[in-house]
Amino acid sequence: MDAVPNWFRALYESTGFNVTIFYDAYDWARYVNGLKTTLLLAVTTILASLVIGAVGALLQSGPSRLLRGLVNGFVVVFRNTPPLVQIFFFYFGLGTLLPAAQTADGLRVPILDNVQWAIVSLSLFAGAFNVEIFRSGIEAVPRTTIEAAESLGYTRIKAYLYVVLPLALRVCLPALNNNLINLLKTTTLAYAIAVPETLYAVKQIWSESQNVLEMMIVLLATYAVLVGVLVWIMHRWERALRIPGYSR
Amino acid sequence: MKAPPPPSDLPVLLPFRVSRTRARVTLRPAQAWLLGAWLAGLVLVVPAFAQGAEAVLSPLQVILRWAPLLLTGFAFNVAISLVAMLLGTVAGLGLGLGLVSEGPILRRVAWGVTQVFRNVPWLVLLFFVMFLVPFQVTVFGLRVPLPDWVKATVGFALPVMANVAEIVRGAVRSVPATQWEAAESLAFTRRQTLFRIILPQCLKRMLPPWMNVYALIAMATVQASIVGVTEMLTLTAQVHAAEGGRPELFAPLYGFALLCFFLYCYPIDRLTARLERRFETA
Repeated sequence: MDAVPNWFRALYESTGFNVTIFYDAYDWARYVNGLKTTLLLAVTTILASLVIGAVGALLQSGPSRLLRGLVNGFVVVFRNTPPLVQIFFFYFGLGTLLPAAQTADGLRVPILDNVQWAIVSLSLFAGAFNVEIFRSGIEAVPRTTIEAAESLGYTRIKAYLYVVLPLALRVCLPALNNNLINLLKTTTLAYAIAVPETLYAVKQIWSESQNVLEMMIVLLATYAVLVGVLVWIMHRWERALRIPGYSR
Repeated sequence: MKAPPPPSDLPVLLPFRVSRTRARVTLRPAQAWLLGAWLAGLVLVVPAFAQGAEAVLSPLQVILRWAPLLLTGFAFNVAISLVAMLLGTVAGLGLGLGLVSEGPILRRVAWGVTQVFRNVPWLVLLFFVMFLVPFQVTVFGLRVPLPDWVKATVGFALPVMANVAEIVRGAVRSVPATQWEAAESLAFTRRQTLFRIILPQCLKRMLPPWMNVYALIAMATVQASIVGVTEMLTLTAQVHAAEGGRPELFAPLYGFALLCFFLYCYPIDRLTARLERRFETA
């Protein structure tokens, strides 16, 4: 049971290569908490951005001129501004303007804390890209297919949910993959508003233990594994959703 | 994408291509007048109201007052992005040629380097360079100081390098194999073929994705503020503190930063979209 901590302690004593997280329970707990927060951010923002993308694409190809204009504006603004400034704008700018509760001691308790603001702004950022990807997927669904669905009595929403979106999802999966991987990498920006995710936890560990190089290697390996797992899941999904006979 | 042309009159799906969103604003003359009047009112009337209370400036006045400083910071961001793009492109061309080389070892190494630098978050790479590169290096007894913004620029050049390498590989792969065969039959060596026949054809294809990478790196430069480089976002926080740290100033100040980047990046986005469309049909 103690083999791993002992080996790493011995490694430190003999070579000075100090990977504290493997033998110091406190650092290990911090690292695991950081990893959990990163996973929480990644999973919630991926799901929320998919919903934003699907709804936005529906509105963007919908009949209402006003809604179309609003969605276009949202996509263009969020695509062409830095995500870090977006996070600051939401957390500092909007967070301080919203009303807040107060504790018994008179401390300000905002409605959304920093983790929630990070989730909101990262979801909107990735959602803007997803809107564009889904809309392009919808445009690849032939008009005749939609007409066929309509002739079977589907309403617009039902035809979208049961016919258009499943087909569009399949054709845009490769582009979606790229964007979701990008989103996973962008979650590191939450560091800037002190969300205790992996980068934040690792930075704390190396500031206290003076082992920048070792923790840097751990950090690179962590993100390599996380990205690898996401790529693997998305490829599995892509294979599961393949349209038989439709070669790509 | 590689979707083949539809084999029948009723294809399952049409060819897929991500088309960029465009915000088209069309105003009727009356609406344009109203908007103009509203903007003029904002600039002229609001400061007049605020004249009474000398100490407290309106958010608009604060931005106007500090705009020169903030725009200098923005120019610094642009400069960092340009230098990082230049460094990254030169290195990326070399790495990309490694990716398409005949030597298996060189190809594997280039592939590994590309994957690492593409899949690690940019902020982590930035930390990597900031913390592990010394603040000065000694070359032949000559001490060369490395200020933090130089290190940040290198930190941004690394992901650019990997992305450009991928673009080069994709473009070289997209040239039809017959071009290689034709060049071979004309007794061109491999190097001559690559540099005089293949790469010139690639340049056009590489331009839109390369501009895409530039837009991304221009937006990423604000991350330098996290590692302590004084650029636009750092200055914005300092301006906020200098104006007394009023919470209602946050939104306008960061909104101004958003606006600057939007005005810089949106034209690049439109130009990229236009080039993509033109090369698609050509």
